Amino acid sequence: MNKTIALPYPEQAADSSLGKTAGLTLIGFGLLGLLVAAFGSGVIDPVLTGLGGITALTIGGLIYIWQRRTELSEAHQNNGAWTESATSRGAIAWVVGIVLTGFYILLYWFPDSLQGLTRAMEPLSQWLRNRPADQWFLYGTFYTLAVLVMGVHALLKYRNNRYHIIRTLSVMFFQLGFAFLLPALLLYLNQPEFYFSYFWPLKYDYLFPGTVSYLVQNGQALGVFMIFWGAVLSFLATPVLTYFYGKRWYCSWVCGCGGLAETAGDPYRHLSDKRRVAWRWEVAIIYPILGFIIITTLLLWINSWSEGRLLGELSGGFSSTYGFFIGAIFSGVIGVGFYPIMGNRVWCRFGCPMAAYLGLLQKHFSRFRITTNGGQCISCGNCSTYCEMGIDVRGYAQQGQPIIRASCVGCGICAHVCPRGVLKLENGPREGRYAASPLIKREDLNLLS
Amino acid sequence: MQQDRHLVIIGNGIAGITLAQHVRRHSSMRITIISAESAVHFSRTALMYVYMGHMRLQDITPYEDWYWREHNLELVHDYVEQIDFGQKLLHLRQGQPLKYDTLVLATGSVPAFFNWPGQQLKGVQGLNSLQDLELMQQQTQGINRAVVVGGGLIGIEMAEMLQSRGIAVTMLVREKLNWQNILPWEEALLVSRHLQAHGIELLLEDELEEILQDEQGNARAVRTIKGKEIACQFVGIATGVLPNVAFLQNSVLELDRGILVNEYFETSIADVYAIGDCAQFRNPTPPAPAVEQLWYTGRQHGETLASTLLGTRTAYDRGPWFNSAKFMDIEYQTYGYVPNQLPPELDSLYWQHKSGRKAIRLVYERNTQKLTGLNLLGVRYRHDLCHHWLRQGYTLKEALAELPAANFDPEFFRKFEHEIMAQYQQRFPDQPLPEKQQQNNWWNLRSKFKLATGSKKH
Ligand SMILES: Cc1cc2nc3c(=O)[nH]c(=O)nc-3n(C[C@H](O)[C@H](O)[C@H](O)COP(=O)(O)OP(=O)(O)OC[C@H]3O[C@@H](n4cnc5c(N)ncnc54)[C@H](O)[C@@H]3O)c2cc1C
Ligand code: SF4
Ligand code: SF4
Repeated sequence: MNKTIALPYPEQAADSSLGKTAGLTLIGFGLLGLLVAAFGSGVIDPVLTGLGGITALTIGGLIYIWQRRTELSEAHQNNGAWTESATSRGAIAWVVGIVLTGFYILLYWFPDSLQGLTRAMEPLSQWLRNRPADQWFLYGTFYTLAVLVMGVHALLKYRNNRYHIIRTLSVMFFQLGFAFLLPALLLYLNQPEFYFSYFWPLKYDYLFPGTVSYLVQNGQALGVFMIFWGAVLSFLATPVLTYFYGKRWYCSWVCGCGGLAETAGDPYRHLSDKRRVAWRWEVAIIYPILGFIIITTLLLWINSWSEGRLLGELSGGFSSTYGFFIGAIFSGVIGVGFYPIMGNRVWCRFGCPMAAYLGLLQKHFSRFRITTNGGQCISCGNCSTYCEMGIDVRGYAQQGQPIIRASCVGCGICAHVCPRGVLKLENGPREGRYAASPLIKREDLNLLS
Repeated sequence: MQQDRHLVIIGNGIAGITLAQHVRRHSSMRITIISAESAVHFSRTALMYVYMGHMRLQDITPYEDWYWREHNLELVHDYVEQIDFGQKLLHLRQGQPLKYDTLVLATGSVPAFFNWPGQQLKGVQGLNSLQDLELMQQQTQGINRAVVVGGGLIGIEMAEMLQSRGIAVTMLVREKLNWQNILPWEEALLVSRHLQAHGIELLLEDELEEILQDEQGNARAVRTIKGKEIACQFVGIATGVLPNVAFLQNSVLELDRGILVNEYFETSIADVYAIGDCAQFRNPTPPAPAVEQLWYTGRQHGETLASTLLGTRTAYDRGPWFNSAKFMDIEYQTYGYVPNQLPPELDSLYWQHKSGRKAIRLVYERNTQKLTGLNLLGVRYRHDLCHHWLRQGYTLKEALAELPAANFDPEFFRKFEHEIMAQYQQRFPDQPLPEKQQQNNWWNLRSKFKLATGSKKH
C-alpha cells in the first residue's frame, strides 16, 4: 500500500458567467418578443415575434439552466434557496407570482386580451390539430414547454439520483405525449378532445352524464373506449396501482399538475407551510371537495335518469360553481400563480379531489411507506423543509417511525436531500406497516392531534 | 420518582430535550429547561445548511412552539452562572434563582482552541453555536480566501460552507489524509480526493503554528509548523470540541475533561446527573471513548437517564457503534468496529466503485470470521439489520447471505453487493455462499428477527 500521496492542486472550475449571460440575454429577447406579440400584434405579425420569442426563451432558458446547475455540485443544488430573492418570497418572487397570476386571470376571464399571443400559435395549432388556435391551445403550449424546459432543470439538479431522473422523464413524457400531442392528434382526426392521463375525480366532468353522452355521440367506438378507459382508471387501476406503489404512481409520475409542480414548481417546494395549523386546513378543505365532486356526479346522474324532473337546474348549478371556484380560481390562479409565494403543491395539497381519493387509498390500502433508517436521523430538517406537501417528515424520522401520510405524493425529495440517508420510499407488506425502528425509544407523541 | 419533584435540566440540546420528553411521557412532575444559546431546542447538526441558504433558523427547529406548551415543559432562556449544590439552587444571569430537586447537566461542548498565537484575532473562529454561525456569516462577507484547521467532520463541513460562497479554501490536516485518524486508508483517500476534486486545497501532515495579523488586527495569513505561510482573511478552527464545563470549574462537582459520571450518569453529587457532550465516563470500556460527542449518543444518554429518573435505575448500554456523516456529495455510514488501522487479528473485504465515489468495507476477525463492523461511502445500509448482525455476532458469511437486504439506497439505484460477495468467494473458495435466497429479503428478515416494533397508527 502506497502511503505517500501526491495530490495535484485542483483545477479551478471553468468560469460559467459567459454562458449564463448569453442565456439571460436570450431569455430577455424571448420575453420581449412575447410582449410585442401580445401587445403589438397590430403592428408586427405576432407569429414572428411570438414563436421567435418562445424559441429564444426556450434556448436561453436551457443555456442558463445548464450553466447554473452544472456549476453547482450535487449537494449544493439548494444553495441560496432561502436567501435568493426569487425563491424566498423576495421582490423577484412577487413579480413572477403577479405575472403568473395575471396570466391566469386573463386566460380565464379576459381571453380576448391574449389574442396576439393566440394568433402567434396559429401555425403550430394548424399543423398539430388542423384547426385555429384558441387561448387553451396557447395555455397548453406554454404549460408543456414549462414542464419540458424545467424538466431539464430537474434532471440536472437531481442528476445523481436515478429515481428522480426516471420520474422526471416520466412526467415530461406524459405531459408532452398524453396531455399535449395526443389530444391534438385526436382533434386533427376529428375525434373528441380527450386527455388519457386525467381521470375522475380530477377531471370531474369525465364521468358526468353530459360528457358521456357527448363522447358516445361524437366519438362512437373511440368515444365508448374513452369512457371505458376513464372509468377503469378511476375505479380499477387507481386502487390497484395505489395499493402497490402508493399515490406517487399518479401524482409525481403521470399527472400534469404534478408534472408542472415537479418541474417548473420545483424551485419553490420549500415554501410549503409545515405548521400543524396548515395540516388542519388541509383536511378541512380537501375531503369536502372530494365529497362535493362525488355528490355532484351522483346528482347529475340522478338528474339525467330522471330526465331533469327530480332536481332540475340545481345539479347543473352545482357543477358550474365547482368549475369556477375550484377549477379556475383554485387550481389555476392559486395553484400555479402563487407558486413563488406559497409553494408548488398548494392545489395538490389543499384542493385536488384526485389527491384526496388517492390519499385515502394510500393511507389505508397501500403497501407504500417511507422507511426511516434506524437511529440515523440528526433532526436537521432538510426533509421537512423540502417536502412540497408540508409534511413534517423530520417529526417521524427523528422517532424512527415510517412516514405514512395521505398527502405524501412520493416525490422522493425528502429522501434525496437527507444528508444522512435516513429515508427510503418503498413498497412492502402491509403487515407491520406502521412498525418503527427499535433503535429509538419513542415518545409516541401524536404530531397531528 | 415522585411527581412533586422539580426536575431542572441545563441545556436544551438533544440530550436535555430527549430526557425531558421521555420523563414527561410518564410523569407529570414539573420540568424546567434552562438554556442560554437559544430560546428553543434547535438542531446543531444543521448549522451548515443555514449558512448555505438551504434552511432558515426556524427550519432547524424541530418542534413548533405549541409543542412545549402542550407538553407542559417550561423553557427558560437564561445562563446559569453558578450552582449552589448544597441549597439546590441555580443562580441565573437575569432571572431569579431557581430551586431544583433533581438537576441534569446537559451543557454540551465548546470548540477546542490550542493556544495558538493569534487565535483571538478577528476572522478566527470555530463552529459550534448559533452565535458562531452568525459570526461566520459576518466574517466571511466579501472575502475570497480561507484556511480551515482540522480535516475532520466539522472541518470538512466548514470547507464546504466556505466554498459554497465562492471562497477558496485550504485545509490544514495533521494526518496523512482527511480524517485518517478514524478512517482506514482507502476511505480516507477517497474522501481526500473527493475534496480536492471540489477545489479544496489540502495541506496534509501539517499543523497550525500561528495566525498572522494585519494592521487592523484581522487575520491575514496562517503559518504552519512546516513553515508555510498561507494568505487568508478567515481561519476556521475545527480541531475538536471540549465539554462545556467552565462555569463549574470552581464548584464541588468532580470534573476531569468533562463532568465525571458512572454508567448511570450519576455525578459525584446526589441528585445531580450529566448527559450528552459534557459528560465523561469514569470507566469506559474500550474501544468506547470516555466522552461521547455525538448527536446520537446525546439522544441515547437522554433516553437512558429518563428510565432512571422514572424509577428504573438503568445502566447505559450504547450497543453496537454507529455514526454517519456527509463529505460534500458523499454520504458516509459506519456500523460496529472499524479501526483506521486493522490490527493483525482483523481483516476486511473492501470494494470501491471505479468512480471513486462509492465504497463498502466489511471488517471481520481472521480466526472466527466474526463480523466486527462496516464502513459505507456513497451507499446506504439499513441500520436495523447491521445492528442485528453485530448484536448477534454474525460471521462474515452469515452477513453476506443477508447483504442484499441491507441495501437502503433509493429505488432504481445500481446495487453492488454481488461484487463484495464475489470478493469473498475469491478469498474463501472452499466456503461457497448460498444461492440468492428469496426468504432473505428485507421484509422477511424484518419480521423474522423482529426488527420493527409497535404498529400503532399515527
Ligand atoms: C457543526 C456541527 C455539526 C455536527 N454534526 C453532527 C453529526 O452530523 N452527527 C452527530 O452525531 N453529531 C454531530 N455534531 C455533534 C452534536 O451536535 C453534539 O454532539 C450534540 O449536539 C450535543 O448535544 P448536547 O445535548 O450534549 O449539547 P448541546 O447541543 O451543545 O446543548 C447544550 C446547551 O446548553 C447550553 N448551556 C451550556 N452551559 C449553560 C449554562 N451554564 N447555562 C445555560 N445554558 C447552558 C448551551 O448554550 C447549549 O445550548 C455536530 C456538531 C456541530 C457543532
Ligand atoms: S414526504 Fe417526501 S416523498 Fe412524500 S411528498 Fe414529502 S418530500 Fe415528497
Ligand atoms: S433530512 Fe434526514 S437527518 Fe435530516 S431531519 Fe430529515 S430524516 Fe433526519
